Amino acid sequence: MNALLSLQGVSKRFRGLVAVDAVSFDVAAKELFAIIGPNGAGKTTLFNMIAGAIPPDEGSISFAGEPIGSLPPDAICRRGIGRTFQIVRPFPALTVEDNVIVGALLHSRDVGNARASARELLRRLDLFDQRNRIAATLTLPDRKRLEVARALATEPKLLLLDEVMAGLRPTESDRMVAILRTLNRDSGLTIVLIEHVMRAVMALASNVLVLDHGIAIAQGKPEAIVRDPAVVKSYLGAEPV
Amino acid sequence: MAAETPTSTLAHLVDRFARLAASMFGDVTPRAMVLLGTLLVLLLIAPWLINDYLLTVLIVVLYFAFTGQAWNIMMGFAGQLSLGHAIYAGLGGYIAAALFARFGVAPWLGFIAVIPVAAACGATIGFLAFRFRVAGVYFAILTIAFAEFARIGFDHLDFVNASAGLFLPVAQYSHNDLWHLRGNPTMFYYVILTAAALVFVLCRALLKSRVGYCWLAIREDEQAARAVGIDSFRYKMAAVMISAVITSFAGVFYAFFYNNLFPEQVFNISRSIEMILGPIIGGIGTLFGPILGAFVLTGLAEALNATLAALGFDLPGAKQVFYGVCLLLVVVALPDGVWPWLARLIGVEEGRR
Repeated sequence: MNALLSLQGVSKRFRGLVAVDAVSFDVAAKELFAIIGPNGAGKTTLFNMIAGAIPPDEGSISFAGEPIGSLPPDAICRRGIGRTFQIVRPFPALTVEDNVIVGALLHSRDVGNARASARELLRRLDLFDQRNRIAATLTLPDRKRLEVARALATEPKLLLLDEVMAGLRPTESDRMVAILRTLNRDSGLTIVLIEHVMRAVMALASNVLVLDHGIAIAQGKPEAIVRDPAVVKSYLGAEPV
Repeated sequence: MAAETPTSTLAHLVDRFARLAASMFGDVTPRAMVLLGTLLVLLLIAPWLINDYLLTVLIVVLYFAFTGQAWNIMMGFAGQLSLGHAIYAGLGGYIAAALFARFGVAPWLGFIAVIPVAAACGATIGFLAFRFRVAGVYFAILTIAFAEFARIGFDHLDFVNASAGLFLPVAQYSHNDLWHLRGNPTMFYYVILTAAALVFVLCRALLKSRVGYCWLAIREDEQAARAVGIDSFRYKMAAVMISAVITSFAGVFYAFFYNNLFPEQVFNISRSIEMILGPIIGGIGTLFGPILGAFVLTGLAEALNATLAALGFDLPGAKQVFYGVCLLLVVVALPDGVWPWLARLIGVEEGRR
């Protein structure tokens, strides 16, 4: 088995509520993997467990063949997993460039080198012209891109994107799709994304996992998923996409 | 390859130094350089310009500029609120003074003994708080608790004369003895000026380095900082320990300048609060804010005292009321502090907060 990320029977309970219930899946290296499902399905909880923000109650998570279920978030980032947050949290009082420099300093001891790679990333994400602005003053789409840039600056092997398309206009989300696809193609970056924008999921993902009430109800190619009766019933609705 | 000659080695060293200086000050605007240079020159020649009373006021100003900068490393850079910094100054003062009074150890050597104690004290407080997730207000309360603990402890410590206070031998000195910190106000003035200037340079270097970026990230959003791989525990520990050691030197200076130490005074929470007023008024997280704040607060408070005295009023506590009013005004009108506003006004913004 050569999965980059592998979850086996992962569960998380918040008091009585089972947020994630024995979910298992594998993500192969260089894959673009989407997790979809209605609000409250447990998608972000699943992400938080992979990223080490909350420990799973049961099950095992392994990355590049090694268990990471009990590691703290900073150690997981150093292993090569970058993430964005559903509710964006750039470092508000710092400039756009400094935000990304913080990420780049993970692998570069020297601030000058970190600045150079930060600028490179800002160019790729169309944020270069805004590099001297204070992050808190950016528009939501720009802050989302900034989070992606900051996560990419840590040079991850796997990038976890939590609803980076939400709130973006169709043209902006198409632009983001293009950026992510380029990253995946050029640097072999593996991406797992939580997404509600089906247009982006269909355009990007090679594999889709559907969560509902914490349970994985379907997994497969996007074209098959959108015709799956259980998925249509619980999430997509009767209207064809 | 040319052979290594003394000249080429020297040229190499000069080159290295120039590059270091460029990397440290290369991005300082000419205007900021001129203003900073002017201030430094004025401070350097101040003893010839002003009388002994004003020189003593200036010593107090620089003392608070020094401690404010030290506190600012923890709060302004790393976002950890300490309300118990008196403990570090107190420990520094007591250890160095006791070593001098009992064994004649020079304060500079005493400070070397103080360093590990202050660092360990900061590390203990930091470890307890950061390991067991005591954060924000609760962390601040923990720092107060430790300072109070030290106050009560030293109040019963006979080795340093407990509550009766520790006194340093005072005599008329015919000359300034820098090694033993015995001398006139001018000598103390230059000592604290040098210390404050060095800490300014150190703070700037820290803020521009990798550790500075990590501190700011933790201050802004610790969870997001951890998500980009920053081991926040380690960096917060570093901030507390560095801040503690720097503050402890202020304590050494305090002890040798005032020549007496009472636990009730040096560990009092008022000392901790006085240290943080400067940075709050000047601008938390800025480089020059703590210095400006010290000038504004101490300068105006002394002016007020002098005015009241000249008018024949005797109002104990007027200074405290004045501090309160200053704090209130700044919080309402300039919540980021006076310096960011003033810097914008004169065009020397630091760029990054």
